[in-house]
Amino acid sequence: MNRDLLERRLLAVVRPAFIAFLLLITLFPFYYMVLLSFRPLDAVLQEPGALFPKVDEIDLGTYRNVLASTADSGQGFGNFIKNSMLVAIGTVVLSLLVAIPGAYAVSRLEFFGRRQIGAVFLGVYFFPSILLAIPLFVFFTRIQQRGTLTGLLIVYVAQVAAVSIYMLRNYFDTIPASVEEAAAIDGCTRLQAMRRISLPLALPAIASNALFVFMIAWNEFLFALLFLVEKRENWTVSLGLSQLAGSIEVPTTVLMAGSVILTVPIIVMFFLSERWLAGGLTAGAEKG
Amino acid sequence: MSIGGPTAQIPTTQERGTSAPSPQRSGSVRSREDRRAGYLLISPTVVIVLTMVVVPILWTVSLAFQQVRLLNLRSAGFFGDYSLENFSDVLGSSGFVDALVTTLVYSVAGTACAIGLGLLAALALRAPFRGRGLVRACMLVPYVAPVVAATFVWTTMLNPQFGILNHYGAALLGWDEPIAFLSSSDPVSFFGVDLHVSTALASVILFEAWRSFPFAFLFLTARMQAIPETLEEAATVDGATPSQRFRHIILPQLLPTIAVLTVLRFIWTFNNFDDIYLLTGGGSGTQVVAVRVYDYLINRGDIGAAAAQALVLAAILAVLVGTYLKLFGRQEDVE
Repeated sequence: MNRDLLERRLLAVVRPAFIAFLLLITLFPFYYMVLLSFRPLDAVLQEPGALFPKVDEIDLGTYRNVLASTADSGQGFGNFIKNSMLVAIGTVVLSLLVAIPGAYAVSRLEFFGRRQIGAVFLGVYFFPSILLAIPLFVFFTRIQQRGTLTGLLIVYVAQVAAVSIYMLRNYFDTIPASVEEAAAIDGCTRLQAMRRISLPLALPAIASNALFVFMIAWNEFLFALLFLVEKRENWTVSLGLSQLAGSIEVPTTVLMAGSVILTVPIIVMFFLSERWLAGGLTAGAEKG
Repeated sequence: MSIGGPTAQIPTTQERGTSAPSPQRSGSVRSREDRRAGYLLISPTVVIVLTMVVVPILWTVSLAFQQVRLLNLRSAGFFGDYSLENFSDVLGSSGFVDALVTTLVYSVAGTACAIGLGLLAALALRAPFRGRGLVRACMLVPYVAPVVAATFVWTTMLNPQFGILNHYGAALLGWDEPIAFLSSSDPVSFFGVDLHVSTALASVILFEAWRSFPFAFLFLTARMQAIPETLEEAATVDGATPSQRFRHIILPQLLPTIAVLTVLRFIWTFNNFDDIYLLTGGGSGTQVVAVRVYDYLINRGDIGAAAAQALVLAAILAVLVGTYLKLFGRQEDVE
């Protein structure tokens, strides 16, 4: 048997096996999460290896418990969801208000520093966030805004502004300038042309950027931990889960229900927008 | 990494005339209007990035040279009694050097594993088959899932008492006793070679590979789609085997992408706080500098020392990335 045939035969076996392995490692942890959230704790302790819940042991009490407010002896995730939503949606709205004009300016308008600004903002993104965390912690403590969702929101907007501008600028670059020039001939000013012509054309990119920012804000952990940890009523879902995970009083299965609640919105959004997101992130990557 | 940029764009009268793109339109009403609109539109971004990113970075530098503690925070400002005490304390302590070594091991191994796995996944999913789009989307799930949920489910799966991994390890692989993946300081040995890496550190490295390989996978897949098929067809006709085609045709095309991915992943892994804090809390030989900074800031309340360590971290990162770009950056520009 020659080398070519040997390699082909080997690949024909190894490739499907490897794909199966990849699917196992990417999906199983999330399946396990859902599985545990439906099983009572003592069943898990007795039979840790069970891969399916028994029909009679399926228990939705974990979800009731995790969502109920602490007053009803629950874990208060209902409130955490509200906080996470407020922060994430607020971050999306504010960052788009800031980034759309910014990206448009960087893409279209000639002004001094335009070429450098993209690189500088992107450079900011590579700074250790723990380094930023120290002064922001000090600053927000001093102005007594640490512990508020507003303070957290402002920090998030600053964190995502650079990436948003980068993503949106790439899209504005693909819209031919001639469309706007035509509008200019018809008497539109720059800002009118931007609002009436380029903005509607950029809607798909704006939508995918909004989803991307929402995911970042919803998933964020470090700043939520630093800012909100002492104020339980302001905890986000991520922070709430991480804080309760350390305590012995809350059963693991209940917290798994919390994990599912934290993960499902992101996974759903991801699969709805996967084509857009992947395209937006790797735009320009083909050039090498 | 430059931080002085946004301040440098305030226009001066001489520059106004020369910065316009096309000389024949320079000074026309339209280009002046454009410049003014440009400043107007970019200013909200500049303001928020300046106040929430650039000024804080400078403030960290200032704090690193002051004796500031959480307790006397009220008096902490930009200016104070500057001294090098924090740096001498921090650099002299063995804990910091250990944390630095751990950070390096974690980032190098984590980056290599993530890119290696991403490359294998991109290659495996290259040939079309039914449902490939869905499988590719599934590959990205570990990367988009919230880090807190991912770490929580992994700590449960790796739990020595009722974790599923230890259960099947004992049942199928005949492990004598459960392995405390995230809290064991025992060194890992590979075929009898001691790697000087604790079990817990090896676990967090593998977690990093699991969580970040989708990023490499995404970019490598995008790059592979741009390789012209004719190249490979020609090589096949000339009798190249699959491994030869990979070695001589696909890999050279991917190298620039791999180089960029290496920089990005290395930076992010080097700065990573969330994963290790959530998995091990920094115990059992997994204390990276970012986690140590947090410990100094919150648990010890020593803001000055925390700032000094964060600065050293950023400086080392800048030097490493700068060296890398110097060594390999030039070739990539040609591509």
